Amino acid sequence: MVAETAPSVVTAAATRAAPAIRALAWLARRAEAVAIPLGAVLVGLALFGLFLLTLGKSPAALVDLVWRGGFGSAFAWQNSLQRAAPLLFAGLCVALPARLGLVVIGGEGAIVLGGLAAAVVAPPLSGLPAPLVVAAMALAALLAGAAWIGAVGALKAYRGVDATIASLLMSSIAIALANHLIEGPLRDPASLNKPSTLPVGEANMLGAMPGIGVHWGLSAGLLACLAAWLLVERTTLGFSARIAGGNVRAAQIQGLPVRRLIVGFTALGGACAALAGFFEVVAVQGNANATLAAGYGFTGILVAFLARHNPLAIPPVALALGGLEASSGLIQRRMQLPDATILVLEGLLFLCLLIGETAYGRFKIFSPHLWASRKASAT
Amino acid sequence: MKTDLTRRHLLGGAAALGLAGLPGRARAAGPLTVGFIYVGPKDDYGYNQAHAVAAKALKGLPGLEVIEEERVPETNAVEKTMESMINLDGAALLFPTSFGYFSPFVVAEAKKNPKVQFRHCGGLWTDKDPKNAGSYFGYIAQGQYLNGIVAGHTSKSKKIGFVAAKPIPQVLNNVNAFLLGAQSVDPSITCQVIFTGEWSLAVKEAEATNALIDGGADVITCHVDSPKVTVETAARRGAFVCGYHVDQSPLAPKTYLTGAEWDWLPIYKSFVADVQAGRVPPNFLRGGLADGFVKMSPYGPAVSDGARRNADAVKTEMMKGGFEIIKGPLKDNTGKEVLAAGKGLPEKAIELESTNYLVAGVKGAV
Repeated sequence: MVAETAPSVVTAAATRAAPAIRALAWLARRAEAVAIPLGAVLVGLALFGLFLLTLGKSPAALVDLVWRGGFGSAFAWQNSLQRAAPLLFAGLCVALPARLGLVVIGGEGAIVLGGLAAAVVAPPLSGLPAPLVVAAMALAALLAGAAWIGAVGALKAYRGVDATIASLLMSSIAIALANHLIEGPLRDPASLNKPSTLPVGEANMLGAMPGIGVHWGLSAGLLACLAAWLLVERTTLGFSARIAGGNVRAAQIQGLPVRRLIVGFTALGGACAALAGFFEVVAVQGNANATLAAGYGFTGILVAFLARHNPLAIPPVALALGGLEASSGLIQRRMQLPDATILVLEGLLFLCLLIGETAYGRFKIFSPHLWASRKASAT
Repeated sequence: MKTDLTRRHLLGGAAALGLAGLPGRARAAGPLTVGFIYVGPKDDYGYNQAHAVAAKALKGLPGLEVIEEERVPETNAVEKTMESMINLDGAALLFPTSFGYFSPFVVAEAKKNPKVQFRHCGGLWTDKDPKNAGSYFGYIAQGQYLNGIVAGHTSKSKKIGFVAAKPIPQVLNNVNAFLLGAQSVDPSITCQVIFTGEWSLAVKEAEATNALIDGGADVITCHVDSPKVTVETAARRGAFVCGYHVDQSPLAPKTYLTGAEWDWLPIYKSFVADVQAGRVPPNFLRGGLADGFVKMSPYGPAVSDGARRNADAVKTEMMKGGFEIIKGPLKDNTGKEVLAAGKGLPEKAIELESTNYLVAGVKGAV
């Protein structure tokens, strides 16, 4: 239809307007990825505001407390950053496999096994210099996490087992296995009423980063996010993964090693999650115990989805969620609301974002290819 | 232009300073602020509720402000909760009530805040720990022994059941006490124990309760954070049930026999009074029935007169102090001797802190 009426005119107009339109189109495509999650978050917040009003509480007071508890002071920032640190790793465990179209929700298991592996290798190496011991602990954690979530990938790639279900079930197995080992063969006999492994030793503990008061897991997590982004966006491997995630058949026809990509990316995700466990042991607990399963793996799912599986978007999202959780105590104390309040908010946000996913490509303003046809049909 | 910018910056800075000065409440001056931290919900019909009930009762006292936070995990999150209570609310006395909070978190915060008093529930404090920290706990196995006496009188099948969280000394003492109480009525009674592996795992607790009843047990008790699921499941199946932590009789009005309850209020009152009077509260405090730290639920309708008389008589004995629940000759359930004849462990015995056996007659393994 376009071609029939006045092909030359349209082409000429398009060529003349090209630089401006191309810039606008570029902006519009980028804007969509920001505007839709932002809109979803706003809708979620509005719904949560209504929820608060039905409880007779003031949404404004809550916003004020979230600000004060999460970001309003140096202490609040420290609190939020500390909570964000494990979420960076947990988010990557979801975001990396997501590039291949896999929804891995069992990062919790890799965190627990990573922490356990780290704690187990330390005591036998107690005579060695601390950096060596810490490096060995990190390596053990990485291997444990990579093996566990990599196995989920292998089940998917070679046996066609759904990765979502497999990872969730394997996470339960990992936690049960870890609890069994911590309470049985690996238990420190001195840990009477709180079963734990042998301590990794004061000398092998990583202190807080100077000046910030948050442990090193934060900077390691930021580096991991950056590395993951480079891998996904700037390497052929990452490009292959995205192709395979978009269309497995097409990727196979192109000769891409889809199975190996799946195993590799899931293993990498698992290794990231395991680092959260490693830092929990080496910077926080000093041993492995049941509290390794603190739920970071599950919050990580929310982080990754909020970040739309973009590794560079994970840090700000993790910080926002860390801030929310940091402020939940203040909300409990000052507003007399139960702890579940923040969970309701997180749930609403997640729901709105999932619904928001269906909105991509539906707004003309964000879809440059629709602009042209509109103009063309108008002429 | 330049001056304008500078002035704006100055104004902004002043506003920020003003804001920063606003939220902090005056520390020390005015009422004493006491912070309670719970690992689970305040209304769990269990461990956390026992503390929250006492905290609520404190709220009426003059010159006292009580702040609470529930569902705080045993991770560095609890450090931040303590710091937040100290820095933002001016708390001068903290009660982090969950066992796993103590090491390393309470210890670290006590070192960091020498002017704040920390009292942790669980009895872990030793001389090596900071002097502004401390522990308190109750000898609740006494209550489980009395539960066992009533269970022993009530059971028809001579099989009783115990839903337990983890095989740690405190839990094992309770299992042993429950069976030994029942065996003091009828030595042929046995007790099946099922460990769920977690302090709070509703599905497994329900499964365990059903499995115990299916196995013939007709009186059930438990040691998990929230006995709600066990008590309700047992009641639905028509089994008798003994409570734990708090009074669960509303959940099983017909079959609730009695229960071993905490009463933290006297401890909290004395700690608060100490701090208000400028004294350092005790670093290590333990007590049982005699001290009012442990109490029993009122008897339910199904409890016979004989059972009441027997339990009340033993309770009177316990109130005198030194009652030996673990008494020789006693073997564990693998046939190994625990105590020789003539020996006994009163409630304060240090050996009970490291119990690692189930007594003969308990079906289950540590």
